[in-house]
Amino acid sequence: MRPSKDPVPIVLNGEERLVAAGTSLEELVAALGLGRRGVAVALDGEVIPRSSWEHCTVRAGARVEIVSAAAGG
Amino acid sequence: MEHASSADPLVVAGRAFSSRLWLGTGGMASLAALGAALEASGTELATVAVRRVDPSGRGALFELLTEHQVSVLPNTAGCFTASEAVLTAKLAREAFETDWVKLEVIGDDRSLLPDAVELLAAAEQLAADGFVVLPYTTDDPVLARRLEQVGCAAVMPLGSPIGSGLGLRNPHNLSLLVETVEVPVILDAGVGTASDAAMAMELGCDGVLVASAINRAQDPATMARAIALGVAAGRAARLAGRITPRYYARASSPTEGRPDLLVPPRDA
Repeated sequence: MRPSKDPVPIVLNGEERLVAAGTSLEELVAALGLGRRGVAVALDGEVIPRSSWEHCTVRAGARVEIVSAAAGG
Repeated sequence: MEHASSADPLVVAGRAFSSRLWLGTGGMASLAALGAALEASGTELATVAVRRVDPSGRGALFELLTEHQVSVLPNTAGCFTASEAVLTAKLAREAFETDWVKLEVIGDDRSLLPDAVELLAAAEQLAADGFVVLPYTTDDPVLARRLEQVGCAAVMPLGSPIGSGLGLRNPHNLSLLVETVEVPVILDAGVGTASDAAMAMELGCDGVLVASAINRAQDPATMARAIALGVAAGRAARLAGRITPRYYARASSPTEGRPDLLVPPRDA
């Protein structure tokens, strides 16, 4: 397990949040109550493949976008 | 209708569709209404937008489409630059495990008309990256040809602005466009009712994408069926080879063999 550290600020879907240092994208997605299908994540403007979510952790100031399907033409 | 259409599939990027009607999910009143419209339309492909997750409706739309065995066509709606559209397409590819993208790069937020310059740039980048690019474009035949040249799998010209229901405002341009490109032409945007969809097919479009006209109709499922019938009717009419319009009448009954019914008055 990682040693606990002070929470770090990130911007998740446009809202500032504090998350534990070393939080992975996998954990962020799970915390929103989402399954893995139909969801994509961008970290600082770059798409992160699902297979990398587990090992990709967020730094202070990270901009994370988590998206899924919405009604649209 | 089913028999006729299955023998005459729409083929885009090697994939055959028995229905030439694609649906947009935008404007749906509820998931239940959309589900009924999907069923009534017989469609096999429906568009979705890529948006920040809505904690209240987690994944429900994606699941609904999967349940109905309708493939997802992600769009890049809301993008105003090529770079935003490219990133959105990449997010969609990751989320929905599809290389297909309905590429929208909008140039004006009132008319929602495409930005030709940004659209072409995005199309070129995405096609080079292996996407099946289906660009929402104007009815300009020259731009359509440029989009085809950079590798788009189809072109999707508008009939009139998105959601306007104004029908096909420049049928002549659409005819020219159909003649100009070899990739399939899917009429996108502007359909208001079934006759608009039929007209698009009569002009030689290979398919029609409809969202607002169905989802915002008073009875979406019935309108979905009507538009599906319009698409099928228009396709059949196109294949049948219509008569050339004439300025004056041309009798459809023979003049030969007419009985002489004018009896001269008899003398008293």
